[in-house]
Amino acid sequence: MAIVAQSSKYGDIGRAILAWAVGLLFFFPIFWLVLTSFKTDADAVKPEFLFFFTPTLENYLNMTENYDYWRFATNSVITSVFATVFALAVGIPCAYAMAFKPTRATKDVLMWMLSTKMLPAAAVLYPMTFLTKSLGLFDTHFMVIVVLMLINLPIVIWMLFTYFKEIPKEIIEAGQMDGVNTWGEIREILIPLAWGGIASTALLCFIFCWNEAYWTVRLTTTEAATLSKLIEGNRAPEGLFFGRLSAVSAAAVGPIIVLGWFCQKQLVQGLTFGAVK
Amino acid sequence: MGRIVLENVTKSFGSTEVIPPLNLTIEDGEFAVFVGPSGCGKSTLLRVIAGLEDATSGKVLIDDEDVTEISPSKRGLAMVFQTYALYPHMSVRKNIAFPMRMAGMSEEEQEKRITAAANSLNLTDYLDRKPGQLSGGQRQRVAIGRAIVRDPSAFLFDEPLSNLDAALRVGMRLEITEMHERMKTTMIYVTHDQVEAMTMANKIVVLQAGVIEQVGSPLELYHRPRNKFVAGFIGSPKMNLIEGALAEEHAAHTIGIRPEHLSVSDKEGLWQGTVGVAEHLGSDTFIHIHGIEGCDPMTMRAAGDVSFKHGDRVYLTPDATQIHKFDAQGLRIE
Repeated sequence: MAIVAQSSKYGDIGRAILAWAVGLLFFFPIFWLVLTSFKTDADAVKPEFLFFFTPTLENYLNMTENYDYWRFATNSVITSVFATVFALAVGIPCAYAMAFKPTRATKDVLMWMLSTKMLPAAAVLYPMTFLTKSLGLFDTHFMVIVVLMLINLPIVIWMLFTYFKEIPKEIIEAGQMDGVNTWGEIREILIPLAWGGIASTALLCFIFCWNEAYWTVRLTTTEAATLSKLIEGNRAPEGLFFGRLSAVSAAAVGPIIVLGWFCQKQLVQGLTFGAVK
Repeated sequence: MGRIVLENVTKSFGSTEVIPPLNLTIEDGEFAVFVGPSGCGKSTLLRVIAGLEDATSGKVLIDDEDVTEISPSKRGLAMVFQTYALYPHMSVRKNIAFPMRMAGMSEEEQEKRITAAANSLNLTDYLDRKPGQLSGGQRQRVAIGRAIVRDPSAFLFDEPLSNLDAALRVGMRLEITEMHERMKTTMIYVTHDQVEAMTMANKIVVLQAGVIEQVGSPLELYHRPRNKFVAGFIGSPKMNLIEGALAEEHAAHTIGIRPEHLSVSDKEGLWQGTVGVAEHLGSDTFIHIHGIEGCDPMTMRAAGDVSFKHGDRVYLTPDATQIHKFDAQGLRIE
């Protein structure tokens, strides 16, 4: 008995150390980014100023005054929020149909949706750029929202499908017997029951939209440019200014880190979807 | 009104035919029970009536109106599920009000019906609770309440008591039967439990592999089973089915005798055997007897106070007027 208890205690400590080590490893780049953002560009590249330096807000002031940070941030919010809302508006009915009215093709459709994620974005870069430009949609919020929605739709539908599958079919059938139509089923029964899952999905989708860089950088210039574009734009012609770049990056990832922190529970639930029935 | 007619209804899942062409009429106000072993298609048939499954071919008529292509919500039927299927996010009150709210009924009328249903189902104290805070029996009452308030043309019950413990099951069985006596609304009830079928139904429909084996009143089925399957399925303990020499004496392939139509003696009788187990229920004793050719063990019902025990030699005598005869195809011989 005693031996079993001891070995499990050491095991616990070992696992705790490992967990902390991995956690710190993942956290370090963010810590470093924030630290560097408070250094001058000169200090940022000097090895002797690793930890001991005179902190400055210069980079942040420079960013808001010269780079119009708030415009980029507003664009990020607008595009991410609308792309998420539209993805849910399309994804919920899709996932509902596949979860509760499956046909023989349902599995194939799901796989096909997922397969679109396997297509390298670069493969459709020229058609997309050509299309957006010829439709006059280049550098518009509308285009960014549509693209962000489309690239996240497969994962949104998959996640919602998995959550909806956990709702007993009889509850939906009871709704049908009680006289609700399809929209009523979704509105009155499905959404309230799957609220946790829908929230997790929305959160993840929002984060993916916020962090998306490939298309937002390539399909915008100024009007609809998001924070990703701002970071990319700081790869300045004068060379790399690490302090300034770090400040911009920290300000771009900051909101999403804060959001993620407050919604940890939903996120974990969302990321492990399907693992626990 | 709630007269339900099935005309040549079939149901297939892919290439598997679950229900071959089937015809059935359930008259207005009847309490019909679909009974059969699991997988016999009884729940599927109920779901076809409800509209939750589409019939592969054939017609479903409710009060002479063809509803085959009509959605479940527009058929005017109410259903109670085995798993209760309550809306977990709504209170009992909201669960019961749900179908009325969907039908656009006035708040006053809703409240009136909720109060009436809650009174008759003993749910008044639980109206503000969520289903998760209720026991199984209470949940099933809420499900019944939700069905009652709609004033449906027929109630459909899909094994509603299977998830309840034995004592609650008997209580709920009585409540549902009494509810039918009071309301006189058509009810279709699916169960695999022949005791439920016998005690509740006006009309029993015995199904096997999607085929109706017999339709009739409980006593009709009990006294005049049309074939061996119905004979063996209806009645508890089961009818003894005897093949071989003993059956041939009666010019039949198989003969059947119910446990209560056998008398037992330790001195003399027609058939001789040895007691395997004697089950004392107090009111009755069920004795299982080995060693009688063509039926092993044979079960008989004796008075509560008989004292046979394992290994005793006994003699059984059947009541000759109560012997059921079946031919080689299992059909009844008159």
